Amino acid sequence: MGGYLLRRLLAAIPSLLLVSLAVSALVRLVPGDVVMARLAEGGYVTPEVLAKMRESLGIDRPFLVQYLDWGSHLLRGDFGKSLWTAEPVLPRILTSVGVSAQIAIMAILLSVVIAIPLGVLSASHRESPIDYGARLFAITGLSLPDFWIATMLILVLTLWVGWLPEFRFVAIWRDPSTNLQTTIFPAAIVGYRFSAITARMMRSTMLEVLREDYIRTARAKGLRDRAVLYRHALRNAIIPVLTVIGGQIGVLLGGLVVIETVFSLPGMGRLIFDSVTRRDYPLLQGVVMLIAAFYIVVNLLIDVAYAAIDPRIRYH
Amino acid sequence: MSRTAQAVDPIPIAVPPRLRVPDTARRIVRNPVAAISLAFICVVVLAAVFAPVLSPYDPIGSSIDTFARPSLAHPMGTDDLGRDVATRVIWGSRTSLYVSLLSVALGIFGGATIGLVSGFIGGAFDLIVQRGIDSMLAFPGIVLAMALVAVLGISTTNALIAIAIVIIPGTSRVVRSTVLVTKANVYIEAAVTIGASGQRVMLRHVLPNVMAPILILISAYLGNAILIEAALSFLGLSTQAPEPSWGLMLSGTGRRYMETAPWLAIFPGLAISFTVLAFNMLGDVVRDVLDPRLRGT
Repeated sequence: MGGYLLRRLLAAIPSLLLVSLAVSALVRLVPGDVVMARLAEGGYVTPEVLAKMRESLGIDRPFLVQYLDWGSHLLRGDFGKSLWTAEPVLPRILTSVGVSAQIAIMAILLSVVIAIPLGVLSASHRESPIDYGARLFAITGLSLPDFWIATMLILVLTLWVGWLPEFRFVAIWRDPSTNLQTTIFPAAIVGYRFSAITARMMRSTMLEVLREDYIRTARAKGLRDRAVLYRHALRNAIIPVLTVIGGQIGVLLGGLVVIETVFSLPGMGRLIFDSVTRRDYPLLQGVVMLIAAFYIVVNLLIDVAYAAIDPRIRYH
Repeated sequence: MSRTAQAVDPIPIAVPPRLRVPDTARRIVRNPVAAISLAFICVVVLAAVFAPVLSPYDPIGSSIDTFARPSLAHPMGTDDLGRDVATRVIWGSRTSLYVSLLSVALGIFGGATIGLVSGFIGGAFDLIVQRGIDSMLAFPGIVLAMALVAVLGISTTNALIAIAIVIIPGTSRVVRSTVLVTKANVYIEAAVTIGASGQRVMLRHVLPNVMAPILILISAYLGNAILIEAALSFLGLSTQAPEPSWGLMLSGTGRRYMETAPWLAIFPGLAISFTVLAFNMLGDVVRDVLDPRLRGT
């Protein structure tokens, strides 16, 4: 197991190198730079001053020099400073990770609570009104744009309830009630979408498992339906569902950009959006490297979780 | 699949059998859910094609009749510039369908080609390509699309290209795994033994087996492409004002005047929702018909 983990982590190094090179090159292909982005906010500056600004930021150097400089600092744990605000990149990213992680965790918890019983019920009552209802719930969740649900929700709250949640994000340890007001609706909307995906997956894997011989054996032994469903079938059917849930954790890294925009949340999606529009190279590169590393670790953890749930799976 | 048929053939087939078009089409259309969805999609397609004939007003030109409530003259009301919302919803279907159909066509073609070649050749080539695909899959689709639009420049066509690129990695994965399973069949070995060229084996013997998963992918991505385009428009990264687009109508006037003129947010959202719902429900039926593992479920 230890050797397996080590080999998987070593295999991640070329992927990370590739990602770092690709993102550094791509972000410089975006027309314009941070100096021009700042100018877009107004004002007139002579070309000499522009050149001076570029020189002081170091973005006038050749690409490879910039890349190697940034990379060597990164290896020493230094993510550099934002070109836009000059604040250190890492703390800025971690704040945003916190916001997105909170939404994602709340959404995933909600979706698991809804989706797993729903998927199991849907499969065990196939072609019944319960099944049709669950499937309609799921496919609607996949089809409605999240920003539209959000807009409709805000509309209903203002027009009929006459109350609107706070739109100014506060960390949960500072002011839990304000924090929950700002996060509960986005988390519910994202959770609905997640539960749609998870419930569909749960239903189809459950249907496959329910056809297996050992399920018939369990029923023949005279076990109650609940025991067969939850003790025998669910345990096997849930493995592919875990992959889906794991994939949803990845969404917290920027995938919530639209919902964060609607609810004015300073999450990862907004951070990526802003760092691209401002051509803030170190910030974007730092974000992307963290996402890639995170993605690799999560995938590894999912594989390890398989082995924990299914004793037939062993890694060497 | 009936219970007896299953007893005879207990080995789950990972690769769907060859696609037989007339049979498949008949089975899809016979399903009432698919029939209703198809009918709705036809309505949207016709609205897009005949937009200039159907719409009573100019989709871009403004009028003095601003913020009119939904009425007989303006079934979906008018917006801040006095433009008829119904007209703009009809014209907006053009943007959504144009982006969705073309991006899915491009993305599936690109992804399937990469998956087919990479899986068929195997070896170091496959390894390198798959690492590239891995790094694309590390990012949520919307983030990848956002970054690509930033590089390419903001326009509807560039959003289309970005969505096509987002579709490539997932498609190539699915196609590649089907190719790997197919390659293990004895008839492939037989074809190689009697001297068929690599190209012939790939195109004549492997490709037909990949068609069913490709069709499933197409039907799954059509609705998704509309959603991504709407999200990009919403972020200001696709169609630009004053062109009519569902996502843009929602993000601009729809949200700004939400409280005083809710119809500006309701109708474009309904248009997106119903269209995507129709594509997704059709996609589900296509998958059920083509994927033997799910047959009878």
